Amino acid sequence: MSAPRMPIESGVPDPFPFMHPVLKKNYGAWSYHDRPRPGVLHHVAKSGDEVWTVRAGTQRQMDVYTIRKLCDIADELAEGHVRFTMRSNIEFMVSEESKVAPLVEKLTTEGFPVGGTGPSVTMISHTQGWLHCDIPATDASGVVKALMDELHEEFIKEEMPNRVHITTSCCQINCGGQGDIAINIQHTKPPKINHDLVGNACERPTVVARCPVAAIRPAMVNGKPTLEIDEKKCICCGACFPPCPPMQINDPEHSKLAIWVGGKHSNARSKPMFHKLVAAGLPNNPPRWPEVADTVKNILAVYKEDAKDWERMGDWVERIGWPQFFEKTGLPFTKYHIDNWRGGRVNLNASAHIRF
Amino acid sequence: MAKKTHDTPMLDQLESGPWPSFVTGLKRLANDNDMMVDLMGQLETSYHTKKGYWKGGTVGVVGYGGGVIPRFTELMDENKKPLFPAASEFHTLRIQPPAGMHYDTATLRKFCDIWEKYGSGLIAFHGQSGDIMFQGCTTENVQPSFDALNEMGFDLGGAGPAVRTGMSCVGAARCEQSCLDEQKIHRTLVNAFLDDMHRPALPYKFKFKVSGCANDCMNSIHRADMAIIGTWRDEMKVDQDEVKKFVVDKGRKYVIDNVISRCPTQALSLNDDDTLDVDNKGCVRCMHCLNVMNKALSPGDDKGATILVGGKRTLKIGDLMGTVIVPFMKLETEEDFEAIEELAGEIIDFFAENALEHERTGEMIERIGLNNFLEGIGLDVDPNMIASPRSNSYVRTDGWDEEAQKWFERKAQA
Repeated sequence: MSAPRMPIESGVPDPFPFMHPVLKKNYGAWSYHDRPRPGVLHHVAKSGDEVWTVRAGTQRQMDVYTIRKLCDIADELAEGHVRFTMRSNIEFMVSEESKVAPLVEKLTTEGFPVGGTGPSVTMISHTQGWLHCDIPATDASGVVKALMDELHEEFIKEEMPNRVHITTSCCQINCGGQGDIAINIQHTKPPKINHDLVGNACERPTVVARCPVAAIRPAMVNGKPTLEIDEKKCICCGACFPPCPPMQINDPEHSKLAIWVGGKHSNARSKPMFHKLVAAGLPNNPPRWPEVADTVKNILAVYKEDAKDWERMGDWVERIGWPQFFEKTGLPFTKYHIDNWRGGRVNLNASAHIRF
Repeated sequence: MAKKTHDTPMLDQLESGPWPSFVTGLKRLANDNDMMVDLMGQLETSYHTKKGYWKGGTVGVVGYGGGVIPRFTELMDENKKPLFPAASEFHTLRIQPPAGMHYDTATLRKFCDIWEKYGSGLIAFHGQSGDIMFQGCTTENVQPSFDALNEMGFDLGGAGPAVRTGMSCVGAARCEQSCLDEQKIHRTLVNAFLDDMHRPALPYKFKFKVSGCANDCMNSIHRADMAIIGTWRDEMKVDQDEVKKFVVDKGRKYVIDNVISRCPTQALSLNDDDTLDVDNKGCVRCMHCLNVMNKALSPGDDKGATILVGGKRTLKIGDLMGTVIVPFMKLETEEDFEAIEELAGEIIDFFAENALEHERTGEMIERIGLNNFLEGIGLDVDPNMIASPRSNSYVRTDGWDEEAQKWFERKAQA
């Protein structure tokens, strides 16, 4: 028997062989850019070279037929080079302005919305969900498809005060990340434990150590080693589930969706911000999650109406204050909004600053 | 022709509407692909029961300990046989894209051919980890599909307690605000630690992300254990003629409301002749005014990086942002790149030795304090590392004189 093939540990590929020639030629020497229309960027290099980028939304999870169709479009109407944004938008670069309009038209006809630039609602960054994750309480691609159908107009236009980054996550680890709006699973009941399986399936000290509030301890049930939970302490985060699947946290009825707002990655104006809880208890309602879509659209509509130019969601709420946010959106303010996690006191109002 | 498709009334509802439908894509694949037929069966079941049915396992390629995400179905019939057998193994290969996610169509077409031959035909560009995700592969086909991709010049990414796939923005390739050679930093760092990527043995994951300016398009402060962010330390460039044109075009009120008064440190002032006055000592390089007046304002010439450490998402102690450990570092010469590689090595070594199992770098720093971390990796304290000095008097300060002496010595050397 021949020796097995050993991997070539090549690591991150060099991007230059794949890069559009105008980008390669002007690497590190760009002068400015503008946006001739939503979905199109126009970059001018110090050399005078210009490049137009047409950005289009994709379903991220793509079949080979879709990818080949995008390649056909890139070969026929663009210049054979594309890139993807981290939010799964595809970008076609062309060196002549005359190629932009036919490319936009073709993409639109083929069902790839052109947009996602500037102050738009761009594609939702998301996770794997039921399609591929081992611990999901909901789907990802389906939630995103349903929401982007609803937000399509805001993707192809640039009518928001500033860019809106939405994320979704199918468990409380929140792989989707921080967002102007984050849509995350929020479990509401402690895990149901299958005591017959824990002893064999789980390394119990690891599971005990994984709990953020020390609510899990070893136990014996029916003569078998297992784990038990102090249900009063449990915060229903689900952190014990990945290392110990018999700790069933996902609950078809009681795993709800929560909406968080005001996360911001950029350092522009204010420092980066975390998103904050604004709504919870929304039903996990496939295939189109209408209650989630309604809540998100409501928040977006109020933000669009009320925020000033260049204010991100978090900037806007900081200016108007949280009481006004709840007033304007009509969302209920509850005891669950008050941060009681360690260090949470910094999120209380330690001042006489009250807006009337 | 594949086996008969299952009824998917729930998924079918995701075919309508203006956004591209992944369900339509799955159906097209299911025309001649049994794995996709059964994948749709299982996914449809999840849509009805609101439960996931995948479990992990151990699947990999020869020579590596990570990079493949194994998935086996847990959805069994009454005889404990998979209800959807053709999708009972549905593994993902995480493949690292070229830095900046640039592709030519020939490469994408080759990916499609390989994945049509060995996998399900479903590829995600890209996962939250920054990898191309080749989704849906049997255990048997993991090795040959990896071999084919590897021969093309592509390598597996990270998974588990390992150095993970890095990310860098489009940066210098197409952005005038770029202050770094992002792809080179990304490649230097990740490629220096491939052993820690391919043979997971760290306490937990470790991620590098590189953004060319403080707009941080890679979300690195939130999400990276080591964030490298472009900045500059000389004066920002102001093209006063372009400033004047901008004022004429947009009006004084717009400029005052959206540029001058939005500066977080009041470092801007609009002069009576419609030129811009910049207090460069007060400017924190936040990028806002450069974003708004893109043609008139540019980063300075003395560019480099600010390095932050410890960003992560919720598990376990709650979200943490990265915090500054290096306020400014030049990244131009080969020596500069060796220095950042060395710094990353110090951090990863310290993390490997001191973090608890499943503890991220930021959590370790939270537990041991930034001072201990800095001492461990050999960095001096700097007031740029803090938002404010401590406000709690419970601290032992009997080493004050020596520490003050060190500060003055460092200042004298600078």
